[in-house]
Amino acid sequence: MDLFAGVVNYLVFFGISAGIYAVLALGLNLQWGETGLFNIGVAGFYAVGAYTSALISGPPPDVWGGRIVGGFELPFVVGVLAAAAAAGLVALLIGIPTLRLRADYLAIATIGIAETIRLVLKNEAWLTNGVWGLQQIPSPLYGGIHRHTSGFLRANPDLPSWVAQIVSRAYNGFYLLLVAAVLVVLYALLRRLAGSPWGRVLRAIREDEDAAAMSGKNVFAFKLQALVLGAMVMGIGGALYAHYVRFISPASFEPLYGTFIVWVMLIIGGTGRHGGAILGAVVVWGIWAATDFVADHLPFSAPQVAALRILVIGVLLEGILVLRPGGLLRPRRPRRPTPPPEPQIR
Amino acid sequence: MDALARVPQLIVYGLVSGSILSLGGIGVSLTYSILGFSNFAHGDTMALGAYFALAALSVLSGWGVSNRPWGALSFGAAFAGALAAAVILTSVAVVLLDRLLYRRLRGAGRITLMIAAVGVALGLRNAIQFAWGPQPLYYTTKIQRAALIPGLGVRIKPDQIFILAVAVVLAGLLHLFLRRTRIGKAMRAMADNASLARVSGIDTERVIIWTWVIGGALAAVAGILTGVENKFVLPELGWQMLLSIFAAVILGGIGNPYGAIVGGFVVGVSEEVSTAFVSAGYKPAVAFGILILMLLVRPTGLLGRRD
Repeated sequence: MDLFAGVVNYLVFFGISAGIYAVLALGLNLQWGETGLFNIGVAGFYAVGAYTSALISGPPPDVWGGRIVGGFELPFVVGVLAAAAAAGLVALLIGIPTLRLRADYLAIATIGIAETIRLVLKNEAWLTNGVWGLQQIPSPLYGGIHRHTSGFLRANPDLPSWVAQIVSRAYNGFYLLLVAAVLVVLYALLRRLAGSPWGRVLRAIREDEDAAAMSGKNVFAFKLQALVLGAMVMGIGGALYAHYVRFISPASFEPLYGTFIVWVMLIIGGTGRHGGAILGAVVVWGIWAATDFVADHLPFSAPQVAALRILVIGVLLEGILVLRPGGLLRPRRPRRPTPPPEPQIR
Repeated sequence: MDALARVPQLIVYGLVSGSILSLGGIGVSLTYSILGFSNFAHGDTMALGAYFALAALSVLSGWGVSNRPWGALSFGAAFAGALAAAVILTSVAVVLLDRLLYRRLRGAGRITLMIAAVGVALGLRNAIQFAWGPQPLYYTTKIQRAALIPGLGVRIKPDQIFILAVAVVLAGLLHLFLRRTRIGKAMRAMADNASLARVSGIDTERVIIWTWVIGGALAAVAGILTGVENKFVLPELGWQMLLSIFAAVILGGIGNPYGAIVGGFVVGVSEEVSTAFVSAGYKPAVAFGILILMLLVRPTGLLGRRD
């Protein structure tokens, strides 16, 4: 039965991680799936959200690390909202110079901003503690729930050990519910938005930007709104991550990998489908976790195994692109392919 | 004053790193103009070339080829052979990638190709890490003394002169190739208007293969020269330079190989000179700043045409 407790606790942990990734994938789905914006700086917006929330809700600067600002100990909700606002602001700054230009420029600029954010996190110790990262980020309601569970365990010392093991991790169960609640709210909201006239304009832009402009839509404004809103969702994902792991450092936000896995999730799930974003997050995170188990039995060193796992995800992506470009959940209506590149080659 | 006094020396370093960025940028520019997408795997192609050279060097040394330094340089015959082998291997590798992957996605649009390229970037980098490990590996452990250039008060190492010379020679050869050879002219025609090139009887698949061969070869050289300059190679070597390369390409006018050369030197010098004033850790951010500034002021680049 101890094994059962271990499995339950692992599944809770798995659910939280997959849920946070699903939030990121939903944000990316608004940008890429709905509007066709190519953002490869997901990790940057995620990091901005995580750090903002940690600085707003976290403890004041400690004696070491070098940070001199932040740590207002404000409630969790304030931190999450601030995270969304900060990530949205960064997206605004990136969107203005690039969204009037071809897709490539936004892509390059988002790589650039993700890299620049990582450098700032690493170098500006007055704000971020540099490579030491931010510690003791509070988890919402942790104290209260922990008091209850430990009180319950003390009052019932003769519980079977597997029950005790599950109860002692009850906080993670609560956090899973919290992540799930956020996910459901975002899912409902984004679906509603996608079904609204506003969402229809986004899809019109995705299908044919010139036609949308000809119908009198301000394409630039709509793209900017989609980019900013999507980034805000990613910022919320970052905040959920920070308050769960309670310690963040620049190493948590490796730009290409953090972005790439979210892209793979969305593409595998089915671009343009909100359900696909969530399904993809669960499937890809499941594959990722499974490779971790398999990796233990391979005769390779730790860095080799790490490389091999990413390689597997990369090959999976290329396979999906070539063999099943629509993803697991195909778009609802048959879609005209995206407009061909100008120098079109067959 | 102290910072300003360092500027002439930093310009020299900037010209050296600019040579490498130029060579990397040419490939990005060619793939962009002929295949129609931004190849985010180009940096990692450079890293692949650098590691192929490392492998070839140990094979050649195993065969007894001497690597006794040529003159004041830090390397000799074995390294030159390794460079040639790496150039060929890298070209073959990128052509294979095109046949296996990019060719199948050509009808799927620009963004699908870019996503595929991001996947290739991560794949190459991790394949390198799998094969050679994450630690730095050294081309040579010799320490080379920098020589003082009389009159200018700056120092330069013989290897750095070699890097500059290689960049200048290769840029010249590229120019001759694009202007004088049939395939070079076909490439320019296809960059201008692919459909028109096709109806005029140009074998576009052949042009595409040549584009990959040239881009891959120059990427390999750029990666190897990075290894020569740093003395070591890392799996992240190319990824770390990608932003600077794209800044260079956009600065010069994306799709224009000559622009990439100019942009490479401007970005290289700007990055190095910036270290006199801001932390050296921000070099990629400086490149990014140049990029954003250029997009705001003149998105077509210095030598670019209307998009």
